[in-house]
Amino acid sequence: MSEVAGNLFIVIGLAFDLFGCLGLIRLPDVYNRLQATTKCVTLGTCSILFGALVVKGLSGTGIKAFLCILFLLLTSPVAAHALSRGAHKSGVKLWDKSVCDQYAEDEAGKK
Amino acid sequence: MRSKFPSRYLGWCLGLLGISLTLLFISIYPLPSLLRWQSPFLSRCFFMLMVCFAFCLFRLMRGPTPADRAVAVDTLGILIVGFCAILSIPTGRDWYIDIAIAWALQSFIGALALAKYLEGRGFDE
Amino acid sequence: MKSKLILFVIGFIVWMLLGWPIDAQHAIVGIFAAGLAAFLTGDLFTRRPHHFGHISRYLWFCYYVPLFLWECLKANIDVAARVLNPRLPINPGIVKVMTSLRSDTALTFLANSITLTPGTLCVDISPEEGILYIHWIDVKSQDTQEAAQRIVKTFEGVLKRIFE
Repeated sequence: MSEVAGNLFIVIGLAFDLFGCLGLIRLPDVYNRLQATTKCVTLGTCSILFGALVVKGLSGTGIKAFLCILFLLLTSPVAAHALSRGAHKSGVKLWDKSVCDQYAEDEAGKK
Repeated sequence: MRSKFPSRYLGWCLGLLGISLTLLFISIYPLPSLLRWQSPFLSRCFFMLMVCFAFCLFRLMRGPTPADRAVAVDTLGILIVGFCAILSIPTGRDWYIDIAIAWALQSFIGALALAKYLEGRGFDE
Repeated sequence: MKSKLILFVIGFIVWMLLGWPIDAQHAIVGIFAAGLAAFLTGDLFTRRPHHFGHISRYLWFCYYVPLFLWECLKANIDVAARVLNPRLPINPGIVKVMTSLRSDTALTFLANSITLTPGTLCVDISPEEGILYIHWIDVKSQDTQEAAQRIVKTFEGVLKRIFE
């Protein structure tokens, strides 16, 4: 029973991973790609790890998988934030059809 | 983003067809016996994760700016964690999940270093 | 000193969970490792250790976790729908948002929550004025107040009760 439930979680996680990577291909600029990957791939991988936790039960492996979930949820948004800030500072433009860029306006105002 | 109306829909249909054919192929093709662990289901999941890897590698090769490549590397790092988690179930080797934790740490620090590099400053800040 | 003690307890718990079947050797090495980490970096951990004693903060944290997971799930379905749509319905832009949170931990958690909720990604923070710059995949309003109403409101109240 627990194996079936764990496999279900793994399949859901795989589907979200696939959608995230599809977003990495389809979306037009760095910031949109970061949106897709940092959401879908993080939750997809967490779902795979949770599937491992469900299959293995509360053994050493399961608890390590749980710690890994916590760690990913804490760190991957920070990495995405740092990468997007670095991209903006290095002068990567937004997509041409973007609506507004108040960050660039404020940066220009400071100088 | 192509502006021509019909070609965009054609590309979408072709992409959907290609991806679904690949997934169908993975899910029904009899895998070689070396890769058939205790559960054939999980080895198929493993190959489906390989499709995600292929997408990331495409962006890594093609990315027009360095920032795109950095994003692709970060995504690859997170995917490898899931990869190790899947490996740890059918092989029954617990230390794969240790590798997953260590890889998550290393990938996070690598992403921060890449971001600092993109910002164009030194590492000592 | 209190801060070092809290870090020691947390580090020891994480150590014991990492080597799950509990035995005496592990515990002894763990005491030394956690003690060393706490001795070296303990003062950086928190500046207001008395906050760890308030029970209501833990209760609000228990309310925050399911809220966060629910928003996270909604975000994933949202992104999947956008990516699979052949017309690619995106309308991106970077907007400015004010928040009333000030402490570092609260701002970090707010930025993390914003990044994992539907359609938004935190690009930069300036902690002195409480300004967040947010990349929004589907810009609904460019006004600072209204954007704050839509993005920040869900988490601000809860995080204020937990961390401020």
